[in-house]
Amino acid sequence: MRDLFYDLVRRNGMAVSIYLMLAVSLWVFILIILPQLTMLDYSFRFNLPPAKIGGPEDVYTLEQYRYFFQGSGASDGLNTLDIGILFKTLLAAVFVTIFDLIICYPVAFVLAKSSTGAKARLLVLALIVPYWINEILRAFAFRILFGATGVINETGMGLGLWDTPIDFIRQDVALYAGLAYAYILLMIFPLYNAIESLDRNQIEAARDMGANWWQVHAKVVIPYAKPGIASGMTMVFMLTSGALAAPQILGGPSNLWFTQLVYQWFNSGGNWPRGSAYAMVLLIVCIALVLLVMRLFKVSIGEIKQ
Amino acid sequence: MTKEISLEHVWVEFGEFTAVHKANLNIAGGEFFSFLGPSGCGKTTLLRCISGFQEPTRGKVKIGGEDMRGVGPNKRPTALIFQNLALFPLRSIADNIAFPLEVRGVSKKNRRKRADELLELIALPGQGDKKVSELSGGQKQRVAIARALAVEPDILLLDEPLSALDLKLRQHMRTELRAIQKQVGLTFIYITHDQGEALTMSDRIAVMNKGKIEQIGDGKAIYDHPTTSFVASFVGENNVLDGTVLSNDGKVMQIDAGLGTPFAVENHPAGGPALAPGDACHLFVRPEALRLSKDESAINQFSTNFVTEEFEGNMRHIVMNASGKDLKLSLINDGTNAIEANAPVKLDFAPGMGIALKPGELASA
Ligand SMILES: Nc1ncnc2c1ncn2[C@@H]1O[C@H](COP(=O)(O)OP(=O)(O)OP(=O)(O)O)[C@@H](O)[C@H]1O
Ligand SMILES: [Mg+2]
Repeated sequence: MRDLFYDLVRRNGMAVSIYLMLAVSLWVFILIILPQLTMLDYSFRFNLPPAKIGGPEDVYTLEQYRYFFQGSGASDGLNTLDIGILFKTLLAAVFVTIFDLIICYPVAFVLAKSSTGAKARLLVLALIVPYWINEILRAFAFRILFGATGVINETGMGLGLWDTPIDFIRQDVALYAGLAYAYILLMIFPLYNAIESLDRNQIEAARDMGANWWQVHAKVVIPYAKPGIASGMTMVFMLTSGALAAPQILGGPSNLWFTQLVYQWFNSGGNWPRGSAYAMVLLIVCIALVLLVMRLFKVSIGEIKQ
Repeated sequence: MTKEISLEHVWVEFGEFTAVHKANLNIAGGEFFSFLGPSGCGKTTLLRCISGFQEPTRGKVKIGGEDMRGVGPNKRPTALIFQNLALFPLRSIADNIAFPLEVRGVSKKNRRKRADELLELIALPGQGDKKVSELSGGQKQRVAIARALAVEPDILLLDEPLSALDLKLRQHMRTELRAIQKQVGLTFIYITHDQGEALTMSDRIAVMNKGKIEQIGDGKAIYDHPTTSFVASFVGENNVLDGTVLSNDGKVMQIDAGLGTPFAVENHPAGGPALAPGDACHLFVRPEALRLSKDESAINQFSTNFVTEEFEGNMRHIVMNASGKDLKLSLINDGTNAIEANAPVKLDFAPGMGIALKPGELASA
């Protein structure tokens, strides 16, 4: 920390360095640490009317977490509904992440290795431009696209592929498509960065030594791009499991996303401590899952930031 | 096992630009063949045609008599060693060497065995578990060679593999490369823009310029009997004089180079196209072919003045001026070649040591 500061001073002068340190510390503290700590604190409290807050009943408790695991029943049955939703959310997020990886890897590879200057810039622009549109608008666009009278049903029926409109919304196709699309850039760019720095000769050398295309990717490109893959997957997974807009708009009526539960507790439920506890559960489970997977694939956090 | 390679009228065009211009040549099995030429002359492109990364626009590449069109780099009996070696940094040395076996589905045990054999060959026994980053430049070099040899290719293609090494190591690796080639008996096709490298290692050399093969021959032929002005000026040091052919009796030409009496220059059967009286020509005389005249009546004698000297210990590199033209002169430092700075000095050269060629493009210094 001190070395970092001296290094900054040497490069930018005292005033700028102090400003930078203060700005960064404040940013991290006010925008990240403080809200999370408050949430953590909330999650260990009872949901009390304002009058009683700070009173003798305002003590720390595990009640909110107990509720998540056991529900309202006083018996020790499991809260299968909420736990089930959490697992379904995680499973769906994993699925979306893998799906994104599968579609983004070829795009990133072509972008990084096969296209030249101007063409690559155009491709990148084409990828970015749709994201100038607000996330909610994009979600609604998907709803229209996948709706009963949407383009997909119209074309499908027009071509005679099916003859009654398919309910993509109820079947969650729209939701998965929307989620997969929502964070695609966060998968492409880390992959692109990683693959871009791979020496083209490595690929050709592998080819020359008899590797077919599949082997070139499996044995040379993917091992090299592993940190990029890990960081893309982490980001997409975390954001997908924490997404709210897409599930609200595109989710089928019977299918709740875990974030929607959190939202309900905060909002219509009016129970902030319980909402906080649910949010904490989601955060911790997600981080644990990411760390576990990174361990399995032998990627360290240090590698990722490179 | 070795295979002959032939290029038949190979052209490579990138849009408007012609990178290889009608290359024609045969390389015998087991030969050490070099391509020598300045940067950008198309050497790498030609090598990529042989290895399969580049399809010729026109013409044929044949290996062992078989037309290679449409055969991918992974299906050709060639192994390419890249200029930057392209070792895989995430794999151990042994895994690097065994990569070609791995993609062919050879078992782990046999791969390791072969890798150990090859490590023995390149004099790095027992170092298979090291990382690539733990090796020195010369060791990496040898690992790249071992990796290329792992599946016993018929032809080894080397694209300036020594250019990244320092001088000492480069000289050492030259000897080693040649030794490995003798030992394994493969065809080596070697690219370089370093003529010393080409001359010391190769059985034959193709000198290229701007996509064209200018001359093919062994080192001695290329150096002693260049057939084009480009080759004469690119390979080794050379003095060039503009001249006119006065007569040619088939054995000796008389050439007026504007330095007093005409010079007698021998025709050579292996030299360039014959010149006829009246033809303009480039007359080349190497610095070591020029000598101080000891004898007033020596043939091809002319008068010069001292300009400057560069002392190299065993050799003295001297610049003399003859009628406004600077000429380089290399003399052995044996104490017999005193030059007076302020008096005219007579130089001469043997008729067999001058080379007269049709005027053509000269290599830029
Ligand atoms: N893919 C390509 N597209 C367009 N031009 C190319 C391409 N590859 C090579 N060239 C051009 O072809 C010419 C020959 O290139 P090449 O790489 O064969 O040169 P080289 O003799 O290997 O030079 P060096 O000694 O610098 O490696 C160069 O002018 C280069 O710009
Ligand atoms: Mg080259």
